[in-house]
Order: sequence, then C-alpha cells, then structure tokens
Amino acid sequence: MKREKEMDKRELEQILERYNRSQGQIIAILHEIQDLERYLPEDDLRFVAEKLNMPAPQIYHIATFYKAFSLKPKGRHICNVCMGTACHVRGAPLVLEELERKLGIKAGDTTPDMEYSITTVNCLGACALGPIMVVDGKYYGQMIPSKVKSVLEQTQKPIKGKKK
Amino acid sequence: MSEIKIKIDGREVTAKKGEYVLEVARREGFEIPTLCHNEQVSQEGRCRLCVVEVRWKEGGHSRVVTSCLYPVDEGLIVETGSEKVMLVRRMVLELLLARNPEAEKVKELAQEYGITQSRFGADTEFGKCILCGLCVRACREVVGVEALGFYMRGVLKKVGPAFAEPSSVCIGCGACAFVCPTGHIILEEKGAVRKIWGRSFEMEKCAKCGRYFAPKYQLEWISSKTGVPYQQLAICTDCK
Amino acid sequence: MKRLSSLAELEKLRKKIVSKQKREKITIVTSVGTCGLARGAGEVADAIVKELKRNNLQNEVSLRTTGCHGFCEIEPIVVIYPEGILYQKVQAEDVKEIIFETVLKKKILEKFLYTDPLTGEKIAYEKEIPFYKKQYRLLLNNNHLIDPYKIEDYIALGGYSALGKALFKMKPEEIIDWVKRSGLRGRGGGGFPTGRKWESTRRAEGSLKYIICNGDEGDPGAFMDRSIMEGEPHSVLEGMIIGAYAISFGRAQAQGYIYVRHEYPLAVKNLTQAITQAKEYGFLGENILGSGFSFDIKINRGGGAFVCGESSALMRSLEGKAGEPRAKYVHATDKGLWDQPTNLNNVETWACVPEIINRGPEWFASIGTEGSKGTKVFSLVGKVNNTGLVEVPMGTKLREIVFDIGGGIRGGKKFKAIQTGGPSGGVIPEQLIDLPVDFDALTEVGSMMGSGGLIVMDENDCMVDVAQYFVKFLEEESCGKCVPCREGLRRMREIFERITSAKGTEQDLVLLEELGEAMKLGSLCGLGQTAPNPVLSTLKYFREEYEAHIREKKCPAGVCIELISYSIDPKKCTGCMLCAKNCPTGAAQGEKKKPHKIDKKLCIKCGICYDVCKFDAVKRG
Repeated sequence: MKREKEMDKRELEQILERYNRSQGQIIAILHEIQDLERYLPEDDLRFVAEKLNMPAPQIYHIATFYKAFSLKPKGRHICNVCMGTACHVRGAPLVLEELERKLGIKAGDTTPDMEYSITTVNCLGACALGPIMVVDGKYYGQMIPSKVKSVLEQTQKPIKGKKK
Repeated sequence: MSEIKIKIDGREVTAKKGEYVLEVARREGFEIPTLCHNEQVSQEGRCRLCVVEVRWKEGGHSRVVTSCLYPVDEGLIVETGSEKVMLVRRMVLELLLARNPEAEKVKELAQEYGITQSRFGADTEFGKCILCGLCVRACREVVGVEALGFYMRGVLKKVGPAFAEPSSVCIGCGACAFVCPTGHIILEEKGAVRKIWGRSFEMEKCAKCGRYFAPKYQLEWISSKTGVPYQQLAICTDCK
Repeated sequence: MKRLSSLAELEKLRKKIVSKQKREKITIVTSVGTCGLARGAGEVADAIVKELKRNNLQNEVSLRTTGCHGFCEIEPIVVIYPEGILYQKVQAEDVKEIIFETVLKKKILEKFLYTDPLTGEKIAYEKEIPFYKKQYRLLLNNNHLIDPYKIEDYIALGGYSALGKALFKMKPEEIIDWVKRSGLRGRGGGGFPTGRKWESTRRAEGSLKYIICNGDEGDPGAFMDRSIMEGEPHSVLEGMIIGAYAISFGRAQAQGYIYVRHEYPLAVKNLTQAITQAKEYGFLGENILGSGFSFDIKINRGGGAFVCGESSALMRSLEGKAGEPRAKYVHATDKGLWDQPTNLNNVETWACVPEIINRGPEWFASIGTEGSKGTKVFSLVGKVNNTGLVEVPMGTKLREIVFDIGGGIRGGKKFKAIQTGGPSGGVIPEQLIDLPVDFDALTEVGSMMGSGGLIVMDENDCMVDVAQYFVKFLEEESCGKCVPCREGLRRMREIFERITSAKGTEQDLVLLEELGEAMKLGSLCGLGQTAPNPVLSTLKYFREEYEAHIREKKCPAGVCIELISYSIDPKKCTGCMLCAKNCPTGAAQGEKKKPHKIDKKLCIKCGICYDVCKFDAVKRG
C-alpha cells in the first residue's frame, strides 16, 4: 500500500527530530526509515541528506556500505539464512541452495511477485540451533534441505499475534 | 616545530616533528612510489605502495607502515627498500596490473619493479580506476563541492556521483580528472561544451583571448561563493 | 523510585531487596535469551504464568525469566529452586505436568532430565551436570539468577557495590593500577593489556574523553557477548562507569557509547532497558551516588558490517560514516572518536571489571596462566555434543573443553580440528589438542584466541572448504579501502574455486602463500592482516588435503561438491522410494522394493536423498 507523498516527508521530519538531526545518528535514522518503507527509497535518502546538511554522495556511501540496508524493495516474506561458521559446517550451504531452487531466485534477490526475498547473514549468534533460517522473524533451527518446503508452507498461513 | 634526527636507509637526516616519513624521504632524495598520494589533499593510505619498514631501535622489532601517514619522531629508523617492503609493493602492483590492465601508469610502475605480467586473470570491468580516492578528496577538500564519493564496499566498491547518477552539484571544473593518477576520469571538450561524469557544461569564453576555458556554471558558483563579480572571473589564467 | 544519592542509600536498598527475595520460597527459572526464544522458551514462560494463575500459586511460587544459561543444546531450560532441579528441552505443553508433579508434589519427572552422553546417567540437579560442573563460571554464573529487566536482581547479588567502592574508597589512578595488576587483557581478540589502555587514555590531552563498549561481536560462531549483553547488561554498565571514572575524573568530561551489532535486537532492547533503570536509580547521569562524577551512556546499532568490529571502523560508524578503518599510527587513546582520546573495550572485558574491584587484582591474577589471567568465555559450537557457552580459567586444555565439558564429537565421529579466533584465527589439529587456551600459546601455533569462538570439526569437514569459507566471508566483509585486502581476498577466492573444482595446480598453493604474506604485511587494518591465517594454518597442518584436491581431484572429507558424487548402496537400499519421491531432478530412480540408483548426469548434489534415507543407503564421497 503506497502512502501519500506528503505524509512521507512529515514522517521523515519526525524521525529526524527524534534523533536531534544528528549526522552521527544516520545509521539509526536509516534503520527507522527502512522499517517503515521496507527499503530505502532514493527520494527519502536525498531528503534526509539535505535536511542533515550531508552531501548526497556521503549518504549514498552509507546506504550502500552497510548490508542491513536495501535500496531495492524487499518482498513481503524475508527468508534469512545464517551462513556463520557453525551453521556452515552443519550444512547451511545446501539449505540455501534448496531455498534458492524452491523460490527460483538467488540470495539477495526478490521474487517477481514481491512475495519472497532471500537474504543471508553472517552469524545470528544462535549457533546451537544451526543451520538456522529466520522467516518473518520466526527462527527455524536444525534445518536440512528437505525441511525447506514445510518452512515455506508456514509462510502461507495467517500470522497469529506476533511476539517480540 | 622542533628539529629531530631520523635515519633513512642508513643515512641520518633532519626532520621536523609533525612531518610524515614520505615527505621527509622525498625531500632527501629517496624514491618511494605512490599512487593515492597528492600533496594538495589529505592522505588515506589506500594503495599501500609507499610502504616502508620502520623500527625504533637498531635490531629491534620492525613494522611495515605506509610512509604517507607515519609520523616521524626522534630516533626513527626507516628502510625504503627492504625485502618485506618489496614483497608488498610487488604484490600490490601485480594485483593492480590484473585489475586495470589498460592503465599505463600502473604498467609503468610495475615495470620499474620488474613485473611485466600478472599471475592473476585480467579484469575488464574496472577501466583504469584504482580506487585511490584522489578525485573524491580533491572535490571535497580543494573544490569544496563534494560531488563524488565511494559507494558499495569490498570488491564491489566504486567511485562516482551520488546514486550513480549525474550530479546536480558538480560544477564541471575538472579537478577530479586533473588529479586522477591513471587518467580514468574522462573530461571531454568539444568546442563550447565540456562533458564529465555524465553531464554537459556550456563553456565560457575568456574575455581577453576568446578561448573556451571554464564552464559557465563553475564561474557562477565561484562568484556566488566569493562575491567576486562574474565578469572579473571570466578571464582565463593565461590572460590574468 | 528516588535516585540514590549516596553509598549508604545503596547499601540500605540492597539489604531491603535481599530480605524480600529470601521470603520467596519456590522459584521457577526459565531462560529467554535468543536461543531459548528460538526454540519456544517464550511460549514456555507464558504457559508457566498461566498455570501458576490457574492454580492460584502466584504468592508462593515466582517465575524468573533470565538470559542464556549457556547450555544451548538443551534449551528451553526450566530450573526449579530451591532444589535446583533442571528440566531440558521443555515445551509449552509440558508445563502443566511440571507444575503439578514437581512444583506441587515434589516429584521428579525422569523424562525431562538431562542424560549424560558419556555415562547414560540421568541427572536431576543443575549443579551436578558435568557441562556446568567442570566450568569456572565467573561471568556467566549470575545469568540464571538475574532477570535482565529487573535491576533489583543485580543489586541483590552485589551489583554496583564495585562502583560504590571505586567512587568513594579509591582514586582513579589506584583503580587503573588494580586493573593493570590484575593482568586483564582485552577479550575481543586483540588481547591488549586493559590497564595500560586505560592509563594511556587518562594521560592523553583532551577535555572530552570517550568510553566505548564494542558489542559488534562479528566472528561467526561466537555469541558470548550476546549472552552477557542480554542476560547481565548491568555488569557491562558497571564496568564502563568504573572505567569512565578512572579514565576521566579530575581531568576531563566523559561520554559512553555501546555499539551493538544490528543482528542482536534483544541485546539492544535489554541494554536500553538497563540504562533506563540505571539512570532512574542514579548509577548513571549527573552526580552519580553523590560522588560528583557524571557519566552517561548511549546505544548505537550497527548496520551489518563485520569490519565495524575493528575499533577505528567502529568509531567512524559512530561518527555517522561508512565503516572504513584508518591507520592507527596515532593511537585512538590519543585521537579516536571525533579525534578525541578514546578508550574502547570489548563487552566481556568490561564485564570483568566489577569483580576485579570487588575482590582485588591478586584474586583475578591468581586464575589463569602467566600471560593470560582470569577466566574466558568461549562459545563451543560445531560438531560437538554439548553446544553452548563455556567459561574456564585461562590455561585450560582444549582437550578438556571439547571432551570433558563438550561431551566429545557428536554422532560418534572422529575429532579432526578445532578452529579458534574466527576469520582471524586458524585451525588446531589433533596433535595439538593439549594446548592451553592462552593468548600467546595459540598465537604461536598460527592461530589466535580471538573473541572466543571455538568451532569443532570432524572427519566430515574439509579443511580446504573451511579455508574457502573464511576467504569468501572476508571478501564480502572487506571494506575495500586498501589494495592487498580487497584484491588479495578476491584472488584467493578465485584460487580456492579452482582448487575445489578440480582445476587447482601446485602453483596455486605457492600463490596463496605469497598473497598471504603480502596481505599480512601490507593491509591497512586487522581484517586484512589476519585474513590469511585460516588459509596459512590449514596449509600448515592439512597440506595433504589440499594436495588431494589438486593431484587426485578428490575431496577426502566428501564435502567439495564438484569433487564428490552421491550413490546408493544396493545392499542397504530397501527400495522404499523416499529418495526418488524427494529428488528435485529425478536423478534418484528405482522401482518399489528394488535397490535404487542415482543417475549422475541428472544429479545436482543437493543432498536431499542423503537427508531423507532412513537406511543409511546413500553414500557421499
């Protein structure tokens, strides 16, 4: 659902105010924007740069340097596969390959219908559960390629009251 | 600023506190190669070519450091061509030769170090850009416009205007092309038009000799920054 | 809650809390750290609350939710005090029975007890479980006694008494002297003597000094800092406040930052809450406990960049820039964050400080070895039975950690190597397994202590694949600023791709070693300088494995996909057709009840047939 452009700018201003328009808080500011928009639109980045007196190349550098940020819209369901060492020796690469096969896209991409994105992370710090996949915030541990299908089927079910 | 004594390749030389090894060495006639260094801008130590081996005590523990950023102090002992230094320089050149096979400057330097071929596969997608960042620093520190920057990280790192789109703040001055050590940045001039980083700039004629010498936009920008009237700026450096 | 304005008020509060806690008879403890939550601990905690309400037990039985207990393998854990009965792998549906039988009727339910894999014995009591018994849990012990959202729990155990002592009974220089004499060395990987760093920062010129906690724990397989930040956040805060006082009081203003990596949202939440409570109680802010010392701490989140664990890159990130490191020829203690004197320490390092102040430097120095004092928390992961957090005195043998505490190799396989120090470290083979965990001992053999991740590997792990893994990891995480690291890692990855796809040559090994040396000497920061370690150490101890890949085009461990193939043992195959049904390409074929075959031309080596076969008939090699 696209929000009105007018409202976007006011909300952005509010976020900037909350961080005292401090350049040092740029990463936190970008996290908040991405949480709302599901990615970092170029428009928003240019707006923030202007308001913070930050040259545009600087904000572009920051937005493209940190892996947490995406300049392309992400899918409705994010499948995050842990590629940490412990998960790796327990077979994470094969799990990732199966996921890529099932969704028809590679890690870092989004399905054309904007339903699923595959992302990888270099260690979630929950190594006892490895290999791990986090889908829609839910952790799936002890993954093997043959379990990928049932995990994807879970995403089709309606989400119950989410716990944080 | 106090005078101190340091040793370079066995020879004692004088230096001032606050100076870096590179400037002292070059002043004293020692040759140290550089690619990402330029006296007009700050130093960042990106290319690693200017490495030297330093120690604080004869026969003591040594360190390989970039001379462009290593501050001198009393008693410093420097070697500009030790085995470790040569190993690093040669590998850097061999890596750059593979990354930018068309860059003449890299080929020249590599030849000086006895490298004519690289054991690594030649890349085709990087042109002559060695990611030295001199263009970024010149635009930011000397010109003050900051139209260029790095983006992405690691092997995907690139240099260019924000969002990889033509920059609206670029004044077309060409400082970046001037400072680029390999000639990667293309500044095209055809009569009254200058093209750089995907933008076209209408050039101004010198009021005295009539040749096209600077973009109109650049002169307008300088005028607005300094308060000097446009007409006064519209005279080329030869005629001033 | 009125802000405490003196040491006397703090002690009075402490006595009050302790006496209140003594009155509680039965306590159920369950851990809700990230690991536990991922396995359903949240639902278990909710079920306990519901069940206690249903039985009207809220006044006699209390529930405490805590951070990680460290024995991740058996999460979710429920412990019932005062007896200390431990139940493992509890799910929400088990809670009713546990409350009815154990809490009310005092009956121990065998089916929830932990079984020792070595003896087969069922163990009922937490303190008798070998995994815990054999550790020296200085930092981790309090995790099960503290609800991270309740500062009173921390105070009850003596929390902030070290701060009180430091502020009112010691001078800043004395505190620094104690930290020096304790022998505490940085726990983040560098191992730099902490006391010396504090001293340099105190001596530096500047009216504003920065005190930073590095919570970027990026080494894959390491989660010690996560569990400290989630489970006992106040220990970090207390350490930082003491450090800030020692470094700045009387000479400068101080401002604190905790930089937490983006992938640890629960740690950010718990630390934020802890800071809010610490402020309320007067441990942070203006005029702490009436001492005249003021200090505040802010939390910054990372953006998903391993390189930001490097101190100069972390500082650039705090400044709102990309995390590119810079030359450290001028120390950060002189010119760091915003070019001001800055003292940066790791989470675990800060957490060690309160006890050093409480019990004295000699006590800390009495634990460990000559060069490495105190205890260290390790994350023991990989092919080991008891995965989790292990805290032992420095100097403990690796063998003891892997076998006595870790319970040996899972699935009865053979130990091959243990990787320490993350992407900056190396592998330790079997012949060196009696090495002590000590900063210098590990560095001498081509590895390093690092932040504490210990990855256990068995006969089915390929050392070439492991080295390749680290090279790929670092290639992705390199900031790209300097040539040796950015270009060197990329070319190393190309060489590994050749070696693991039957195209490697002897020259490749020579080139790897040369690249490695150049990167060690020429890279700008620690990431590039230590990047060759996994490659060089696997070449040192497992060269024959590399040569098998090159000369025989074989992967002896059966891992490198292009060098292995899947086949079915006709003697074991029962023709159940499970592999054929699940095979994505139809490569696994056969008729019902007849031995199946794998068509190598169609096989994409996904490994699904290997997973699903219940008869161990699929062979990989």
